[in-house]
Amino acid sequence: MTLLENKSGSTPAPREITTKPRLSDKIFRGVVTAGGLTSLVILGFILIFLAYQGYDVLKSQGFRFITGSTWQVITDDAGQIDLTQTKFGIGAMLIGTLICATIAVIIAVPISVLTALYLSFYAPSAVRKFMVALIDLMAAFPSVLFGIWGFFVLMPSAEYWGKLLHKYLGFIPFFTMEVPVFTRSPFVAGVVLAIMIIPIVTSISREIFGQTPLDRIQAAYALGATRWAMIKAVVIPYGRSGVVGGAMLGLGRAMGETVAVYTVLNIVYQVNWHVLIGAGGNVASMILLKFGEAGTGEIKALMAAGLVLFLLTLIVNSIADLIVKSSGAKGR
Amino acid sequence: MSTVMQPPKPSKPWLATPKQRITTASIYIASALMSFLVVAATPMKGKLAYFVVFFFASVIIDFILCFVQRGMASAKDAVARGVVTAGMTFAVLPILSILFEVVKRGYKGLHLSLFTNDMSVTSVNDPVANGGLLHAITGTIILVGIALIVAMPIGILTAVYLTEIRGKFAVPIKFLVQAMSGVPSIVAGLFILSAYVYPLTGTLSGFAGSLALMILMIPTIARTSEEVLLLIPSDLREAGVALGGTQWRTVALVVVPAAKSGLVTALILGIARVAGETAPLVLLTGGGEKVNPNPFSGPMGSLPLYIWKCFGQGTEESITRAWSGILVLLVIVLGLFITARFLSERKVTK
Repeated sequence: MTLLENKSGSTPAPREITTKPRLSDKIFRGVVTAGGLTSLVILGFILIFLAYQGYDVLKSQGFRFITGSTWQVITDDAGQIDLTQTKFGIGAMLIGTLICATIAVIIAVPISVLTALYLSFYAPSAVRKFMVALIDLMAAFPSVLFGIWGFFVLMPSAEYWGKLLHKYLGFIPFFTMEVPVFTRSPFVAGVVLAIMIIPIVTSISREIFGQTPLDRIQAAYALGATRWAMIKAVVIPYGRSGVVGGAMLGLGRAMGETVAVYTVLNIVYQVNWHVLIGAGGNVASMILLKFGEAGTGEIKALMAAGLVLFLLTLIVNSIADLIVKSSGAKGR
Repeated sequence: MSTVMQPPKPSKPWLATPKQRITTASIYIASALMSFLVVAATPMKGKLAYFVVFFFASVIIDFILCFVQRGMASAKDAVARGVVTAGMTFAVLPILSILFEVVKRGYKGLHLSLFTNDMSVTSVNDPVANGGLLHAITGTIILVGIALIVAMPIGILTAVYLTEIRGKFAVPIKFLVQAMSGVPSIVAGLFILSAYVYPLTGTLSGFAGSLALMILMIPTIARTSEEVLLLIPSDLREAGVALGGTQWRTVALVVVPAAKSGLVTALILGIARVAGETAPLVLLTGGGEKVNPNPFSGPMGSLPLYIWKCFGQGTEESITRAWSGILVLLVIVLGLFITARFLSERKVTK
């Protein structure tokens, strides 16, 4: 007993119990929060600076900048760009962006979903491990590689597929053509983009399928379902909206792709709905193309085009993100 | 009377019996034969035709077989299996084709002086053995290195905020990081052009390129690090706090060391993400042909830009140079990727 008793006078004062963070913690929290908010700052700056640089052009062109399809620079005698007469309109390129990205999604989504199903429910575990690594690796391939591979290796085959489409499905308006020029068409660009977005759509779908509640899968098997019946009854209803989100994420990637599209597509400044004809474009590759020869005034127009592209991809990505997130939470 | 009980041999009823294996093999052989016959007999030609006929033949045979043996449900299952496998083949073919073609076309341009020479005295039509990509490799190392130095603290702090502090901005920041990962690379280039090059320096430089790469790198690092930090058991954090550590010391001395190899993986994946980025470098770095160690002045070459330029020049020699550049870039990316895999695998097994 005596051992535990302190002599009077040497009792330490009981420590004050507090939830107030110390100074070191305050600094720590401040620094980390600042670091965390950097992404907000960067995104905000992108918006502000592109809008600032593109303001003159956007103001003089108005809504025509998005709807118009002519890009005609008229300079006055001093060599300055005459903003009242110059026409900047990225409508044709916006439509081209949508066409290429849509073709890519149409091709990539079925392949990706099937691959994700294979990896989740069919593959033996050794094969699965190897293929997951392979597909992750593909996601890390640089876009210039896809572009040059697409140009030299894929394009001859893709042209041939285009000819087949024209021959057998030529009655569909998109596949008609007056002049048989199959080279460097939006269809070829779409195929290359499809290959580029397969990894991301596959990995998102796989993640979603992997979240399917195990008890439901086992319940389906216990009721005597075959593997396909189980997938149809359990996995697909559960993962449908997540796959839609993954597809939109792929769409966003495909819309912002620059180098690969620039390499395989014959960029012509016109609206071209006939996807097999070798003329088209997208906003990103147009910026790269015009940048080399652009003067200061035209560069401002390119900044404005970049702003439109930025907002477009931001919106698509945000919607996709919301869909993917909400699909994981809800059951059926 | 003692009989020695022989332990029963474990049977594996889920494995395919030899009979089933023979059946499967014969289905494939029959389909392959059929595809050769059909392609020979009809005007269809090409690899695609072989593939299509083989696919349909094997699916139909499988369908009929399953239908006869086990009925409709099983037959549908067989068709689904065929379709799913075909889809998977379409996803893997391009990867294998890319790897194969890059090696096949790239090795011709490989020579030892590739890593000791730059392109400053070599013209487009010179033989492939002249010139090299020293300037490109040093440029890429400098560009990516600076980008990494800036992006590493930001990315990891973002991840720490999302996992350790979980303040009121956590949800919006997570959303913004996701949004940032979708920023097209050319937009990042234009942004640096409008915010750094035009108002501040007026000239293109390597540093401007690094800034653009940094923007593209942050989301990858932040998201991977967040995943890694989430895997750290909260027991560790609680133990740190219970021992009297402040949050700062707990994070710095317990959580981050525990997640070290995972965080390194995140950095490596960030490097792999931007090592091949081309579009912003075309806008920002100027693309020199000489080794330039100073990122703040003068044009700076880089590997993706080297490939891009050689491809654009279009002569036979420069195309070969482009392919060998791709091969070098691919080897670098592959090496980074395998290192990252190795590190994260080791972490899991520990």
